[in-house]
Amino acid sequence: MLRLASTAAMYATLAVAWNIVGGFCGYPSFATAAFFGLGAYVGGVSLSHGVPLYVAWIGAGLATATFAAALGLAILHLRGHYFAIGSLVIADVLREITTTWTSLTGGGMGLNVPLLAGGPEVQARLVLTAMLAVAIAAWLTSLWIARARLGVALRCIEQNEDAAQVIGVDTSAAKIAAFTISSLFVGTVGAIYASWVNYIDPTDVYDVSLSVKPIIMAMLGGVGTLGGPVIGAIAFLGLEELIWRNSLEFHAGILGLLVVALVLFLPGGLRDLQGRGAWHWLTAVIRRRPR
Amino acid sequence: MLWIQVLVNGLALGGLYACIAAGFSLVWGVLNIINILHGSLIVLGGYLAFFAHQQFGVSPFVLAPFAGAATFLIGFALQRFVVNPVMGRPVLITLVLTFGLNLFLDNAMLATFKADYRKINLQPPLGVAEFGNIIVPIDRIYATAEGLALVGALWLLLRFTQLGRAIVAVRMDRDAAALMGINVSWTYAIAFGLGTFMAGASGALLAAIFPISPVSSSGYLGKAFVICVLGGLGSIPGVVLGGFVLGVIESFGALALGPENALTISFVLLLILLVVKPTGLLGRKGFA
Repeated sequence: MLRLASTAAMYATLAVAWNIVGGFCGYPSFATAAFFGLGAYVGGVSLSHGVPLYVAWIGAGLATATFAAALGLAILHLRGHYFAIGSLVIADVLREITTTWTSLTGGGMGLNVPLLAGGPEVQARLVLTAMLAVAIAAWLTSLWIARARLGVALRCIEQNEDAAQVIGVDTSAAKIAAFTISSLFVGTVGAIYASWVNYIDPTDVYDVSLSVKPIIMAMLGGVGTLGGPVIGAIAFLGLEELIWRNSLEFHAGILGLLVVALVLFLPGGLRDLQGRGAWHWLTAVIRRRPR
Repeated sequence: MLWIQVLVNGLALGGLYACIAAGFSLVWGVLNIINILHGSLIVLGGYLAFFAHQQFGVSPFVLAPFAGAATFLIGFALQRFVVNPVMGRPVLITLVLTFGLNLFLDNAMLATFKADYRKINLQPPLGVAEFGNIIVPIDRIYATAEGLALVGALWLLLRFTQLGRAIVAVRMDRDAAALMGINVSWTYAIAFGLGTFMAGASGALLAAIFPISPVSSSGYLGKAFVICVLGGLGSIPGVVLGGFVLGVIESFGALALGPENALTISFVLLLILLVVKPTGLLGRKGFA
């Protein structure tokens, strides 16, 4: 139960963070896996060099954000397909660098991250608390962004970037800010994940499905909405658990079919389903777009 | 002499690389869809060639067009029933859709064929050709020549047949094309099918020289990306140029940094290109 709740909080963070760039701003970012992996490795490496736990976690987030800001300068002027590809290959490049840099990262053999203090129960509680804290921080930040000038700027970019520029929105500053803030949470969660599982390897933390799952969650809940990514993350986790239990061999295939079905039949996510009572309340929550 | 040998090694892959990327470029250029499924279809073409060779002793070089025909049917049906409903939707939607299809096909192949690498052992082996001190495996020459021939056939088809003109017309302005009496949705399906034809055929050629496995599909997709961006989107000559450039860069990169870094080199190259010149070497404007 603790494990599931921690995973839910982690997924929710990833989905909310993706939504800041992909939903508010309309840029199809596939960089989540890159930020997650980078955070996991920065956190893991600093922990194994004796950096205190919280410093390592927050430091990993900040390091990832710094990387994202620099990366944003380079690739955020791309649009559409080109941006999607550019952000997609970042994870591959980082994975290869991590694999090759054996002296620091343990290379393809992976990296053992020091155990958290206390027994299994205490550890699990600590991880859950940390994941929840980041998830809530991410959600509050996205709420704040939606109401702040930045949110207005991002939505202008989503509607029509050229027009936004003409009316005086500093589009590149807004895009980089969104990208950086989003990566801060992803990187932190990556570091927490590293100390949660005690062992990370490049193929695991730079896995491309980590880039795609948050998108699917946000689509499931409703892209660009405030509550959608959270509800989408929980719904997705439920589906994933169900599929995993029933089909170990073919779970990725079923996930693929699910994605296709989602895109074809519920392009707006769960809010396309109209309902009554509690269900109506839920779809209304998902429906609410930031003003 | 080593330099010339490395250069020749790279060139001997270029035609095959062009063949890998041509279909991808066609689908991207005409339908404005990034077909993440492309890499999986290349691997599927490879398996068709592998089993045809194992069961009936058919040479992969003979089989390539037939493997392409089989994947054409798959691509045509997929476009009609799955991809067509999302035509013209935002990038995110089409990308996620083909990603889902890719996940399904990769996993289905993994479950059916297992993750082992398989290699066609041609009997008798084709051996190598020697020009002075330069050595080139003959199977690579065949694969590259046939790859180039297929790309050439695609170019001729697009340029000189009524179907090809229809595809180009739909790419330029689908509404005007529809007014001219072109059946747009069929044209899309055929263009997508041609893209998957090239994937399947190049997969069969690949299987003749490299080991294949379902897990290698993303690597081929990555190569197709790099070549498209390198050569410029929507240009068949650009794809050929991009294929040869990538082949040469990879073989020199492997010489300098070791063969395990070949894919990293191409991805770093892709990132630099995207930042500096996203329209590519022979690209045209208007394919964003």
